Amino acid sequence: MRGRSMRLGGAVLGAMVAVGPVLTGQALAADKLKVGFVYVGPVADFGYSYQHDLSRKALAAAMPDAVETTFLENVPEADSERSIEKLARSGAGLIFTTSFGFMEPTLKVARKFPKVKFAHATGYKRSDNVATYSARFYEGRYVCGKIAGKLSKSGTVGYIASFPIPEVVSGINAFMLGAQSVNPNIKVKIVWVNTWFDPGKEAEAAKALLAQGADILTQHTDSAAPLQEAEKQGKLAFGQSSDQFRFAPKAQLTSITDDWDGYVIAQAKAVRDGTWKSSDTWGGIKDGMVVLAPFTNMPDDVKAMAEETTKAIVDGKVHPFDGPVTKQDGTVAVKQGETAPDPMILGMNWYVKGIDDKLTP
Amino acid sequence: MRLDLVPRIRRSAVLDILAPALAFVAAVMVGGVAVAALGVSPGAAFVTYFVTPLSDVWSLQEIALKAAPLALIATGLAFCYRADLWNIGAEGQFVVGGLAGGWVGVATHGSGGSVWILPAMLAAGALAGAAYALIPAVLKVRLGVSEILTSLMLVYVAQLLLDYMVRGPLRDPAGYNFPQSVGFEAAARLPYLMEGETLHAGVLIALAAVGLGTFVLARTLFGFEVRLVGASPRAARFAGFSDARLTLAVFAISGGAAGLAGIVEVAGRIGQLQPEISPGYGFTAIIVAFLGRLSPPGILVAALVIALTTIGGEGAQIDLKLPLDLTRAFQGLLLGLVLGADVFARYHVRLVPGGPASRTAP
Amino acid sequence: MTLDIVQMVLVTVLAAATPLILAGIGELVAERAGVLNLGVEGMMIFGAAVSFAVAMQTGSTLLGALGGAGAGLGLAALFGLLTVGLAANQVASGLSLTILGLGLSGLVGANYVGIKRDPAPQLAIPGLTDLPGIGRLLFGQDAFVYAAVALVAAVSWFLWRTRAGLTLRAIGDDPVATHALGLKVRRVRFLSVLFGGACAGLGGAYLALAYTPFWSPGMTAGRGWIALALVVFASWRPLRVAAGALLFGGATVLQLHAQAAGLGLPGQLLSALPYLATILALVLLSLGGRQGGSPAPAALGRVFTPSR
Repeated sequence: MRGRSMRLGGAVLGAMVAVGPVLTGQALAADKLKVGFVYVGPVADFGYSYQHDLSRKALAAAMPDAVETTFLENVPEADSERSIEKLARSGAGLIFTTSFGFMEPTLKVARKFPKVKFAHATGYKRSDNVATYSARFYEGRYVCGKIAGKLSKSGTVGYIASFPIPEVVSGINAFMLGAQSVNPNIKVKIVWVNTWFDPGKEAEAAKALLAQGADILTQHTDSAAPLQEAEKQGKLAFGQSSDQFRFAPKAQLTSITDDWDGYVIAQAKAVRDGTWKSSDTWGGIKDGMVVLAPFTNMPDDVKAMAEETTKAIVDGKVHPFDGPVTKQDGTVAVKQGETAPDPMILGMNWYVKGIDDKLTP
Repeated sequence: MRLDLVPRIRRSAVLDILAPALAFVAAVMVGGVAVAALGVSPGAAFVTYFVTPLSDVWSLQEIALKAAPLALIATGLAFCYRADLWNIGAEGQFVVGGLAGGWVGVATHGSGGSVWILPAMLAAGALAGAAYALIPAVLKVRLGVSEILTSLMLVYVAQLLLDYMVRGPLRDPAGYNFPQSVGFEAAARLPYLMEGETLHAGVLIALAAVGLGTFVLARTLFGFEVRLVGASPRAARFAGFSDARLTLAVFAISGGAAGLAGIVEVAGRIGQLQPEISPGYGFTAIIVAFLGRLSPPGILVAALVIALTTIGGEGAQIDLKLPLDLTRAFQGLLLGLVLGADVFARYHVRLVPGGPASRTAP
Repeated sequence: MTLDIVQMVLVTVLAAATPLILAGIGELVAERAGVLNLGVEGMMIFGAAVSFAVAMQTGSTLLGALGGAGAGLGLAALFGLLTVGLAANQVASGLSLTILGLGLSGLVGANYVGIKRDPAPQLAIPGLTDLPGIGRLLFGQDAFVYAAVALVAAVSWFLWRTRAGLTLRAIGDDPVATHALGLKVRRVRFLSVLFGGACAGLGGAYLALAYTPFWSPGMTAGRGWIALALVVFASWRPLRVAAGALLFGGATVLQLHAQAAGLGLPGQLLSALPYLATILALVLLSLGGRQGGSPAPAALGRVFTPSR
């Protein structure tokens, strides 16, 4: 009895010793975390999707032995479920879906693949394995508004807006509040182009705004066309999503750039460590998720003011939506001494006083 | 040297099937060359495009799901095109159908989940699509306005209408003002057909439509009328068929089919209304209709082929880094080659040496 | 609104109209010969992609424009082969070319998305260009605009003042009779289609080289289809194509101006205006034309196979 179990035990031990390194060696090699990225536009838009892809590259560079990345671009929102599921099926352990319209498909695929982790940008629904993340772009808008308020000679700013969603509307409001803090009579003209990326349409909108008297342009669309149009006509403008200085060296004042690198790397690390939990991340300038490109084409005192304002936001001394904030219809949205709570900003669908346009759906 | 085309007395039945097949092979070969030029092995590309999507159950379901709206819309379009009427606006009719059916889903949200909700949505979608298609039809019948242009312009109008509704009246009040409607509840969704929550009953609706279309075209007086009007308008008129009535009827049919496909997609796949509900199904269906030689069984095959190549193309984007535009170019090329190959079924083709035909008869 | 603002608005209208004029005038010639080319959109966007690629590689706007025209011509040759040579269905063939053109444009343009080059130079005659109110409008445009104007005049002259033009129009009305007379129907049709494709490609080149100095996928945004509608709206007459293009280009641009000026209509309604205007124009045209019969070339869209 004893002899036989000893021999059996020895055999098993021997087998383990023999097979062990092979098993663990294979496990180590196969342990690379596959991370997938889904973009709504082309990587080469040099705007929103481009910035997301930069974060993917940063991740690949930061964790080359631990992580393997892949991406899908030009995924239409109506057809995205299949693409997300394909990534999940091909073994991805962490998937970033980078457009609002991917929200429901992400949740659905997440239900089917409970072991895969998802991070959805600019959305608001979460689940056990779906986190959300976005950036407080409105902080950058506030600074831009202050610059525009100082520099606009005609007193009119042109705003090329994409879609009337809260993210864009809060951006417009923050911009106006910033501008009004310097020039209470500043005016803004808004054109909705109903697209995130369409250089032709953006250029047309820019031409129309400049023809109507705007001398500074800002945009919530992704191409450099408005900047380029502004430079052509000797006017100034703000860039969007990425630093578009090289497209308009004489016209760009600054650009609100998205920096997702830190977030993406942190998420991947958490999945690797097993510490990943669903969360909502809404970072601003302080967290490094919103970065203002170097201030150019402006006099030194304006530059100093811009830098001061940025620092004040980072230090928490100034919040773009500090009260009093009055709505276009006259009602008070935020009282003096208070600050707009996050849910109000997230669901913002009204203009501040001083904007003449009506916000139509 | 000139190209001589002598009409055959009857279409060659053999070439009817052989020609599209040869065209397909030719398109694949051209695709292989293009892929090699992009630095990828043609063999690997072929497998990724045509074989891999067939290799697992989920992928097969996705092919069926993509083929279903294409087959449904294209069957309806076949009625129009056979009658020499060019409805290019199926995309708009799809959107309007999805919008109308979706509106029913939103309006009945939270009302208790009656079993009649889903049929009502489907009916609303089909009727709305039919009505929307009647606009270019009526303009054509009463005023002789080109249906190609009017139906196409209405596509843009439909898309803008959906966008307006989803951002305004139909927007989910609890949705942080994002442009989407409330998510439909179970009574307003098409049921799933198997485990895995992918394949839904819309596939059955599409199959039924293809079957119905085959039957009507081949075996009913109306179907005969449609086929005759396209082949010989004079004969049709002599037979007493009314041009106007037929025009209205085939537009209503194709619009209804497209509208039904729209609500099927909304109630099946998407589950809510949002600004974009179609990745171009209405236009792709036009290719499918022609690839299928305007016959519902052929359309079913063509829809599956197009769905297969589209899904294969997505796989190629991930695995081989081949751009999606390649798939689109391939599909355009395939259609062109099929149209060109069709000439051999309709005519005797001869390359005749020498100059232009002599004018004076001997 | 000051004179300057009016001029600025007119400049944007003219710029928006130019690609429509270029594509439209080419399509007019093809349709006058009896061929309905629905591939205009594909030829335009393929022309845009190729023109940008060529201009980036050679640094020359002129070569880029020629490249764009050549690209459109190439696709048109395929279309001509199908419809004129092989007597295939014109509607389906045109659509297949549109899809092929869209796909090819994406492939060619893939490496150039988001890259900017210097826009096409604009004319600047000292003295004339600075005239208040009309200086920039008349004397400050880029070469494409002047080419479009010249093309309208040239096509007008060709079709109504030359023998060859008369032949072309006759072929569009009755290919059977003209064939019996010994005229080379298929050759004329094929050449007309090539011309149409080249013009469409040139229109696309304008978009990528002058209108915006970028290439972006899908940048024609349906302009090819509007050009098709234009030809019908213009009753197949060149000057009316130009007038219609200004109207439609204007409708597209004016909705942006209206927004900028603060008109409170829903954006979607304003965006839909050009398309609704097209339908309205077609309806009015049909109503007006009831009395005098259709102005269209009688054999437009019908397949022609020469019989013995």
